[in-house]
Amino acid sequence: MTPSLDSYVMLSSALFAIGFLGVLVRRNTLVIYMCLELMLVAATLALVAFSRFNGTEEGDVFVFFILTVAAAEVAVGLGIIVALFRARQTVQVDQLDSLKN
Amino acid sequence: MEQIAFTVISAFTLACALCVVLSKNAVNGAMCLLLCLAGIAGLFVQLHAYLLAFLLVLVYAGAVVALFLFIIMLLDMQGGQPWRLRGFQAVAGVIAAGLLISGLDMIALRGRTAGGAPAAGEVGSSLKLYAYQLFTTYLLPVEVMGFLLLIAMLGVIVLSRRVSNEEDAQ
Repeated sequence: MTPSLDSYVMLSSALFAIGFLGVLVRRNTLVIYMCLELMLVAATLALVAFSRFNGTEEGDVFVFFILTVAAAEVAVGLGIIVALFRARQTVQVDQLDSLKN
Repeated sequence: MEQIAFTVISAFTLACALCVVLSKNAVNGAMCLLLCLAGIAGLFVQLHAYLLAFLLVLVYAGAVVALFLFIIMLLDMQGGQPWRLRGFQAVAGVIAAGLLISGLDMIALRGRTAGGAPAAGEVGSSLKLYAYQLFTTYLLPVEVMGFLLLIAMLGVIVLSRRVSNEEDAQ
């Protein structure tokens, strides 16, 4: 017996929620960024499952593009984090509070 | 058989994802992310998306996690105080994540479909169809992706250069 679409959707929503939890509770910018990647991959998993159960190839092509954009996004985001660290000597979001009055 | 494999892989993936969130050390978190991505690649194989599983391992596990590890080593964050859950934030985070997961599942299960997965074709024919679509229907997005990668590369170069110039000025 093959797993149903529901189980894939539940798994991907659970992964998304775990990534969301990490973004909310962690204070290290790099770990927050890793959790963001986790959320992105969870959405990708849902897309692939829907595409498979729908019997079309379009979802797979979209996931191909998502992977490309994610690679570019990670490069730019980590570049920004390194620039931030050079300017402030910290990546803890608690200490990045120059907008706080 | 497939159901057992799905259960094992999904439990492994969820455990690794939780480990990413809860690990005290950022390097351990990156390693758990790597294992989590390997589990998701296994799920892609179960969904007959072989090319995507290969690409996920190549791009994410090969490039993205390596880049994360490189930046963690570069910034050398091991000296900071260990991370701990703070009461109010932890409760708020768990409640928010629980609300999110229940809402998503309610939306997903409302449009429940009873049908199983259609039979998959041969691996080779699927790849051929895939490549054909990529170079006919989706030719413009492929070109746009190429430009996007170029722009991202230029952006990262500019980002890292400007900061070093400022440091030289100081």
